[in-house]
Amino acid sequence: MSEVLVLIEHSEGNIKKVSLELLAMAAGIGEPSAVFVGPGADAAIATLGDHGAKTVYVADGQAFLDHVVVPTVDVLAKLVAEKSPAAVLIPSSADGKEIAGRLAVAIDSGVITDAVAVSADVVATQNVFGGATIVHSRVSKGTPVITVRTNSIAPVQSGGSATRVDVAAEVSAAAGATKVVNRVSVQKSGRPDLSEAAIVVSGGRGVGSDEGFASVIEPLADSLGAAVGASRAATDAGWYPHQFQVGQTGKTVSPQLYVANGISGAIQHRAGMQTSKTVVVVNKDADAPIFDLADFGVVGDLHSVVPDLTARVNARK
Amino acid sequence: MKICVCVKQVPDSWAEKKLTAADSTLDRAAADRVVNELDEYAVEEALRIVEAGEGEVTILSMGPDEAADSVRKAISMGAHAGIHISDPALHGSDALATSLVLAKALEGRGFDLIMFGSESTDARMSVVPAMVSARLGLPQMTFANKVEVSGSNLTIHRVTDYGYDEVQSSLPAVVSVVEKTNEPRYPSFKNIMAAKKAPMETLSLADIGLDAAAVGLANAWSEVKDFAERPAKAKGTVITDEGNGAEKIEEFLVTQKFI
Repeated sequence: MSEVLVLIEHSEGNIKKVSLELLAMAAGIGEPSAVFVGPGADAAIATLGDHGAKTVYVADGQAFLDHVVVPTVDVLAKLVAEKSPAAVLIPSSADGKEIAGRLAVAIDSGVITDAVAVSADVVATQNVFGGATIVHSRVSKGTPVITVRTNSIAPVQSGGSATRVDVAAEVSAAAGATKVVNRVSVQKSGRPDLSEAAIVVSGGRGVGSDEGFASVIEPLADSLGAAVGASRAATDAGWYPHQFQVGQTGKTVSPQLYVANGISGAIQHRAGMQTSKTVVVVNKDADAPIFDLADFGVVGDLHSVVPDLTARVNARK
Repeated sequence: MKICVCVKQVPDSWAEKKLTAADSTLDRAAADRVVNELDEYAVEEALRIVEAGEGEVTILSMGPDEAADSVRKAISMGAHAGIHISDPALHGSDALATSLVLAKALEGRGFDLIMFGSESTDARMSVVPAMVSARLGLPQMTFANKVEVSGSNLTIHRVTDYGYDEVQSSLPAVVSVVEKTNEPRYPSFKNIMAAKKAPMETLSLADIGLDAAAVGLANAWSEVKDFAERPAKAKGTVITDEGNGAEKIEEFLVTQKFI
């Protein structure tokens, strides 16, 4: 059975959920092999094996911290040349897409981004135009390079274990052309990452102010253990930081539950969330297009409904 | 300082978009055509860099004949010249072909900075800047929300999940900028008039030394097998709040096992 390379996304060895999802997806195509670059592999190998990886290729070194994107591409290109995998699966993050793009150029192969499923014969399913159109496509030249969205498949614990294979990492001229001189972390909210969260609580124009986000939207999110999102109207008004914008421009999310509060549901917003599994809507305007997506909707004032809901959810704990 | 900003003509991001039944490519006639709004941040950033020192900004676009309008539109923000690559053979080109065409058109022109918006609002792949960087062998300085040029050195803030990385390279380099990096200006009347007279090169594939067999739908590295409109979602339950809205949502979340 052919190997399927899965690039593991991690933060200093803490494996992101999407990586384990990709191992499950890879198992449907061939034999999953994890590719782990940068420091922290020791603690990760058992988890990767337990989630289906038969092999973990490890490329460690300062290069992966010092330089942007390219060192990872170099490792993947080398592995593709040596192992002739059936496909390379990469998380659909900003870095992941750039890695995929450069890898495709390096190995002269086709690339598909933002897949939500990949079949045994490597046909990818994509939800394009904000989920309005479902496309099946395949790579017709070279080794398929496919980036896959978070929450596309559930991770599977197989109870297996993986063999570690170390891969030498050299810094190519292209990799050395950029240098990371400083890494700056902004204050973390303690909430789950918006693009990975199982539940997203979002606010729009109806929230009315930044104070509204702090006193109404965030408390509901925290009661549900959810990430906070915002519509473009809310971020343009400066009520919530731009990096939390869900929509055509901004983040695309596909959580198990999306709670839209005071969001009318213009195409700009729907494009970022309409593949959510379950949608709950609170909006004053019964004619708001967001209700077309609602599994459960309440026509009412979010400023009374949402705090009441927050209290009820908290009371159940 | 010579800067080239690559722009793409896309369907209006507030409009519904469709694929054509005939060949599964974007239906460009189905919606108003505009400059990809994320590219406007790149144009603005380029203009600010030359205004702070000296230099010229050139707009480059690959696209059908109508894309010339988007080149003029971008020039009218205050840029100086335009390059439009248009050839019937380009129809249906994928990201690999697009990056090949852009790289060929950029080669040997001596640009210090080649700038992009971080993604297009139609395809949303976010791969072309990285691909062009790879093809030209220039530093990839992408996903920037801050761009600083000092002599022949470039520093950007690359947006990350946790904040940003401060990244340095030499010039020339390929830069992409993210949304909200700046406030793109509206074209002034003076610049709109100037854009009509700005020098514009219209180039075919032959002009940039590429063969039609390297690009287009038939030669793409990937292919669409089929596509379908997402079926409309089954109508959910919608109630009017009579003081019981929260209670009803709570019941729904319980039956769905979210709480």
